[in-house]
Amino acid sequence: MKCEARRHTRDAYGTTLVELGREDPNIVVADSDLSSSTQTVLFAREFPNRFFNVGVAEQNLMGVAAGLALGGKTVFASCFAMFGAGRGWEQIRNTIAYDNLNVKIVLTHAGLTVGKDGSSHQIIEDIALMRVIPGMKVQVPADYNETRALIRAAAKYRGPVYMRLTREKSPVIFEEYGYDTEKPVQLRDGRDLTIFACGYMLAESMKAADELHREGLEARLIDMHTIKPLHSESVVKAAKETGAIVTVEEHSIFGGLGSAVAEVLVEEYPVPMRRIGIRDRFGKSGSAEDLLVRYNLTPKDIVKAAKEAVAAKR
Amino acid sequence: MVGMGDKELIKSLESKARKVRKHILEMTTEACSGHPGGSMSALEVIVALYFYKMRHRPEEPDWPDRDRFVLCKGHAAPALYSVLAEAGYFHVEELNRFRHIDSFLEGHPCRRSVPGVDVSTGSLGQGLSIAVGIALAGRLDGKEYRVYAVLGDGETQEGQVWEAAMAASHYRLGNLCAVVDRNSLQIDGGTEEVMAIEPLAEKWSSFGWNVLTVDGHNLEEIIRAFDEAEMLRDSPTVIIANTTKGKGVSFMENVCEYHGRPLTREQLCEALKELT
Repeated sequence: MKCEARRHTRDAYGTTLVELGREDPNIVVADSDLSSSTQTVLFAREFPNRFFNVGVAEQNLMGVAAGLALGGKTVFASCFAMFGAGRGWEQIRNTIAYDNLNVKIVLTHAGLTVGKDGSSHQIIEDIALMRVIPGMKVQVPADYNETRALIRAAAKYRGPVYMRLTREKSPVIFEEYGYDTEKPVQLRDGRDLTIFACGYMLAESMKAADELHREGLEARLIDMHTIKPLHSESVVKAAKETGAIVTVEEHSIFGGLGSAVAEVLVEEYPVPMRRIGIRDRFGKSGSAEDLLVRYNLTPKDIVKAAKEAVAAKR
Repeated sequence: MVGMGDKELIKSLESKARKVRKHILEMTTEACSGHPGGSMSALEVIVALYFYKMRHRPEEPDWPDRDRFVLCKGHAAPALYSVLAEAGYFHVEELNRFRHIDSFLEGHPCRRSVPGVDVSTGSLGQGLSIAVGIALAGRLDGKEYRVYAVLGDGETQEGQVWEAAMAASHYRLGNLCAVVDRNSLQIDGGTEEVMAIEPLAEKWSSFGWNVLTVDGHNLEEIIRAFDEAEMLRDSPTVIIANTTKGKGVSFMENVCEYHGRPLTREQLCEALKELT
């Protein structure tokens, strides 16, 4: 597991969709004028009859996706996460989720790392928005191959799924992906604390775990690609065995991975915990790299939080 | 297809409509809640669909080739549920348990629990998009089924309706037929006072739809319009059904307050007298 190469998770999405399209004629795709960014354009080129571009209309996108699913299709609906999860929220909630429809909402350009477009395009609330909807599965793959695996699993799963992808290339963590997509992936073991990370921040957390090792702290590192349903066993186990927890996400500290883990801990096995995430602020323009520094989402910040959590152990 | 002289058919539809009108009043009074006014304006259209136009099987609600129905104005659930009960999807007795904690008849149409409901609705503005998606899926699969959507007139103030309208004509969805229940009233008053929607026919027409206008309580006109819409295969058709909110009960007609308020037991007795 190295982090040298970088690839777009949305490229993984686009190419996997084409493969799935060849394997299953029942799969259709809908987008709202962002297919060249979300990479659904690859599917559109090969299967023009099974691709529906509804134009700049995210509410309609979610409704049309729901209707296609009601007509028996397995539907992938994509656009930017800000507009799909934001403007399309009620359509997702009241039809796709309420009727338990087979729609996979795969939204790209989520989080701060969208970069220079600034806050209007940087959704840091989507995990929270999707997680509160009853029955909604919420996933945040970390890299290219994990995205491929989760997209394939989503196509097989019956029911609504929200999947969050990024704009930037993500470091390739998994050279190949042979894991059970139903469970979190433990990337290293340790007894001093556990770091739960998702998405783009998994690679940053790997660097933090390396630094902690150099400083004499052994961190267990877990890739929590599925935020809902949360694999609570691994959270409780980590609390019992390592006694301190840090969560890391490119999302608001309210309602995302950190909240989900904290909810389990507080009921099952409270231990000292720190959350790395965006602290009640909007994003801003800047390069992804600069933004991660400005918003305290770097390996250095993770190391600091880890030490605080460990120090708080009784 | 019926000829204009098919009096028997019209009589039987009118008889169904009378039953449905009573059910609506009784079930909302029994529930002490619900939306009688807009249910009474839309009911002839829904009766015409389920007892004349639509191909459907009450004994097989999920029949893949059935015509689909989307009640975009989900608050008219009492009208839809009454029609479904009369059609045999479930027992008429259940109507009296509408909105009750142990009933499957949710306040607004619920696909998960109500046999015959094709999609859950209740939040205005969203149904037509869903109808567009179903119509696209049907065409992709080479299915003959048609999709019917009934919207409120106030509902057309929702922007998403026009996103869907644009998409339906873009995709040339001749298998889609919408009806606007033009009762001219919304919760806070007349549609033209609250937020004018006229010229409504021109709006739909400019969005690329065929537009038909009928008296929405005249079953003969309604079924002729549905037949005509089925002939128009190159683009979607909207039927603007001019109706009266609270239709059929003198003291309810054109009174905004009966949008979401049921009758008291005393009022119900008065109303039922008028309907017999």
